Amino acid sequence: MSPAPPVEARGLVKRYGDIVAVDHVDLVVEPADVFGYLGPNGAGKTTSLRMLLGLIRPTAGSARLFGHDPLIDGAKALAGVAGFVEGPRFYPYLSGRRNLELLADYDDPVSRPRIDEVLGLVELRDRAKDRVGGYSHGMRQRLGIAAALLRSPRLLLLDEPTTGLDPAGMRDMRDLVRRLASDGITILLSSHLLYEVEELCNRVAIIRKGRIVYQGALSELPAALLAQPGIDAVESRDGELLFTADEDAVAALTVALGRARIGFTALVPERASLEELFLGMTDGESSDHDRVAEVAV
Amino acid sequence: MTAVARVYRWEVAKLLAQKRTYLGLGAAIAVPIIFVVVLVLKSGGPNDVPLGRYIRDTGLAVPFVVLFFMSIWGLPLITALVAGDIVASETQNGTLKTILTRSRDRGEVFAGKVLATATYTIALVFAMGLVGLVAGSLAWGFHPLTSLSGTTVSPGHGLALLLASLGIYVLPLAGIAAFGVMLSTVTRNSAASVVGALMWALLMQLLGVLPGTESIRPYLLGTQFDAWHGFLRVPADWVPVTRALWVCALYIGIPLVAAYLVFLRRDVAGE
Repeated sequence: MSPAPPVEARGLVKRYGDIVAVDHVDLVVEPADVFGYLGPNGAGKTTSLRMLLGLIRPTAGSARLFGHDPLIDGAKALAGVAGFVEGPRFYPYLSGRRNLELLADYDDPVSRPRIDEVLGLVELRDRAKDRVGGYSHGMRQRLGIAAALLRSPRLLLLDEPTTGLDPAGMRDMRDLVRRLASDGITILLSSHLLYEVEELCNRVAIIRKGRIVYQGALSELPAALLAQPGIDAVESRDGELLFTADEDAVAALTVALGRARIGFTALVPERASLEELFLGMTDGESSDHDRVAEVAV
Repeated sequence: MTAVARVYRWEVAKLLAQKRTYLGLGAAIAVPIIFVVVLVLKSGGPNDVPLGRYIRDTGLAVPFVVLFFMSIWGLPLITALVAGDIVASETQNGTLKTILTRSRDRGEVFAGKVLATATYTIALVFAMGLVGLVAGSLAWGFHPLTSLSGTTVSPGHGLALLLASLGIYVLPLAGIAAFGVMLSTVTRNSAASVVGALMWALLMQLLGVLPGTESIRPYLLGTQFDAWHGFLRVPADWVPVTRALWVCALYIGIPLVAAYLVFLRRDVAGE
């Protein structure tokens, strides 16, 4: 029997009254994946991650991390797992280092010996003595990564790690994610930014209105989309997607996308970029309903 | 160190890093000092409360008299200030999810919080009592105490009775704290929990003075604040003391069990 995958969600549902925030989500993240969980705001990404971490109870379905369900095994299911949802939160009246000392003492085994190392890794050693209340948003994000790394995780769950960062902060954060991935840590990263996922991830799940509309290798996405009769020579080049087809096939493709409940904003002759296809699948049909779900979450 | 002990240590450290803890402790210490200063400067005194007539005879009488006045709303308020905040503030700040994604089970986190709240409650009562004793002794000396039965009690014995009284007095206050912890867990709102716990204490006082409540009066939480009277009688009257023990156990236990069950299962999401 092969070892259980880092993340395995089956039929996850989370309902808040009439609103279905997450609707039968199946997710499998394999070892050493950098898995992008892509979707517009309010699509159900954060709610899914909360269920994975055992913070909220699914209405139906199950979530397992390395084969352990946090609802059944409690905190033991989080062994080897770290991360944050909806931005890392700390005690504002304690220093960065004190916050890490606290969290280290909540770990098994106590992870205090790694504090200096992780502070160095996220370049916060100079500010570690200051209260977190005075930290910038970017510093808190980095402290969040440091807190996660304290646990020497095999799986890292990061919820929109670059949101709210300035361009330099975003670049640093992505460099860090790449470095961690190259160390062999499996990463599940949620984002509403396509290019971020494109840049960092090898596999992707796209969620819209609580439902997964695509899951698989990033490189196969255009092909999956365009595996339609009459569409040939699908090619991704410099971030652009090119294919040849006659007009009937293109018309059939739009119908097929529509039937698959995949919206798209534009189909441009000779130029249809990967980005546009992604946007068509995600932002293209974002609606007020999504925002209601976000508030309720 | 066990897991709960580690959580407890940090819960205490968090309390010690927050202003409201010092606000509460400071008030508990300031009241007996102000009380003594006013009585030194002015004549007259609280003659109609237990031991009030003897307040200028010995510093030993001061903490008992302060206990009476502070039971009305002072100590319930400063207890609720921390108890009502202990879970709700973490929900509001989002730090609850931070600590619940480490290796501690929810039960361990809850136990640490309850123990820290208990520590604060005990510290309040003993700080108030001992500061009252010192302030009173500085003003009027450390002399024998007149018991509620009118007999004279040596200072050493009086001190032992004071410590026992403070100990039994902690119990009804812990009942208010437990109610505050429950509200804090259920409402996730710090202000609502502080006010709610205080209202609970005031409701118990109100029920105790309304006509027609005589039959339930011995079992009200507010009544247990007078249980220490039993120690100050000669011979000691154990009836109010033992009743306070089991009545308070219910007032502490029921809200804590309810809070525990909610805390184990509740969704931890952004507010």
